[in-house]
Amino acid sequence: MALLELRDLKKSYRAPDGTVQVVLDVPEFTLGASEQVAMAGSSGSGKTTLLNAIAGILTPDSGSIRLEGTDLAQLSESQRDALRAATIGYVFQTFNLLQGYTALENVTLGMAFGPGPDRAFASELLARLGLGDRLDYRPRQLSVGQQQRVALARALANRPRLVLADEPTGNLDPVRALEALDMLRELCGEHGAALLLVSHDRSILDRFERVVDLAQINRAAAGAVVAGATVGGNAS
Amino acid sequence: MKLFGTLLLMVRRSLRQHALSTAVTVASTALAIALVMAVFNVSQQAERSFTAGDLDVEAVLGARGSEVQLVLNSIYHLETSPGNLPWSLYREVAEDPGVRFAIPYAVGDSYRTFRVVGTTTDVFRDLRFGDGSTLAVRRGHQIFDPRNREAVIGSTVAERTGLKRGDSFNPTHGVGVGADGGVVHDERYLVVGVLEPTGTPLDRVLWIPIEGIFRMGGHKLRGTGEEFEAEAGVDIPDEHKEVSAVLLGFRNRSTGFRLSQLINRQGKIATLAYPVQAVMGDIFNKLGWVNRVLEVIAYLVVAVAAGSILASIYNTMNERRREFAILRALGARRSTVFGAIVLEAGAIAGLGSLVGLVVYLAIGMAVAEIVRSRTGVHLNVLAWHPIFVAAPLGMVALGAASGLLPALKAYKTDVAENLVPQS
Repeated sequence: MALLELRDLKKSYRAPDGTVQVVLDVPEFTLGASEQVAMAGSSGSGKTTLLNAIAGILTPDSGSIRLEGTDLAQLSESQRDALRAATIGYVFQTFNLLQGYTALENVTLGMAFGPGPDRAFASELLARLGLGDRLDYRPRQLSVGQQQRVALARALANRPRLVLADEPTGNLDPVRALEALDMLRELCGEHGAALLLVSHDRSILDRFERVVDLAQINRAAAGAVVAGATVGGNAS
Repeated sequence: MKLFGTLLLMVRRSLRQHALSTAVTVASTALAIALVMAVFNVSQQAERSFTAGDLDVEAVLGARGSEVQLVLNSIYHLETSPGNLPWSLYREVAEDPGVRFAIPYAVGDSYRTFRVVGTTTDVFRDLRFGDGSTLAVRRGHQIFDPRNREAVIGSTVAERTGLKRGDSFNPTHGVGVGADGGVVHDERYLVVGVLEPTGTPLDRVLWIPIEGIFRMGGHKLRGTGEEFEAEAGVDIPDEHKEVSAVLLGFRNRSTGFRLSQLINRQGKIATLAYPVQAVMGDIFNKLGWVNRVLEVIAYLVVAVAAGSILASIYNTMNERRREFAILRALGARRSTVFGAIVLEAGAIAGLGSLVGLVVYLAIGMAVAEIVRSRTGVHLNVLAWHPIFVAAPLGMVALGAASGLLPALKAYKTDVAENLVPQS
């Protein structure tokens, strides 16, 4: 059984001019357990919307998202929150670390809503990423590369089944970007987590055995305009 | 439990991140709590101290006039004397079988703002305070000899004026007159004893023999209706003598009612303030509206403090939307974010309450010291009052309630929209 299955997934937004813009129209997509897949997509192709829908942050207009056999559409919002906390790790392009918290707290806080804080494991993860002597540093006291590693540790702290990575190396220089990617892939492999990474950086995509072109699986990638479709917020 | 720990961490971090607004809000809350405690407890302690009466005096006999003025002048050594009584009336009342004690006071002089009271040595035997103690001089000291120009002084007088056993002083004519004003009498009095502290207005008195007041230079006695000036070495006939007031204790209550009936209803030359506690209680009853006004002001300040909690948190909501979105993306439920904000508001109110208790103690002790130095009355600001629990609990509840609005805003935060940096 696939870890993640998308079927006839659709999501649209109302543009400021009142027209309805379909952002996602994915007939089918699957991701196996422990599989690592890169998804290529240019800016505005709906990749962040897709990841947010898979994470249960956004609800699609129609279609189904099955994570380990559970249809997210059948879950209440709080159940989706709980599922996300327990099953999914999320790495953002801008890291999204909490500024008032230390590196260690950022990681343990990510665990708090799932299995519960485990400082020893969080410390171990940070140490594994070369931040053993930076546990009490706040994000502003860390370099960009170090911040990204904290974000990686936070995403993996809950021992997730699936890690979603949205342009995770977009803010790093080429050398550090590849280092961060290797760390992410290695950690996912160690923890048996599947990885779905979206990027438009060819050097990143080339590292993956399986690369999916978002334009090929998302029929709305070109931004089709459909009158009368169900609407939500703004596309990202 | 683990979630509560996480909420506490979130609250701690938020309070630290917004340290300035937190400090200002905690300060305003503290002032509100201190004000509420002061209004309720200090006023109650003041009323209790002035009406329960640490002195075992049931009635005050004085010249015809205001009972309140009589009590304030004779018990608390405030206000001026309403006038004098003939010595014969004092003796008549003192010899009543129902009267337990009768202590005559003759006033009109002072020393550096402290009252000089002429009396008999009965005051040291009969006047009781607190748990029934009588006035006691310090070890090695003694009470005055009525035949000599000797004085016994209260502990506060000794402390403030520096007078000690063996020192002497000249009384000044009039009361409330400072060292630099008023006519200073030629008569010089030797301090033979300093009283142990009593925590009552007695600590602020210089006691001299009542004959000393009668014979003080310039003092005229009008016991017969005509002026009489005492001569040295010559006994003063009782008909010329006068007293300013007589402190009374009764063997039973019926004596008090009987004398009150006799003196206040049937007589025309004197007033019996009885019972003393009721007279003072009447003052507080009449001033009760002042307390109500203060209570309303205190409640308004509390409301303003609650409003400041709301404003301080609400104003941070925009800058914190991304933080809430990140927390939600990590799996925090809407209710968790909502709870964190309510807890934060309650925590600010709780911190304010703790600081408020300290501020109250500072204010209360300052007020108690002022009251003690002005009247000798001891206010116990640490005495238990339910407001010590009710005010903090009420403030925390009100604070948490004022966090509901910003919490609702946090609750509604759109995760996807706020996960990207806002420029």
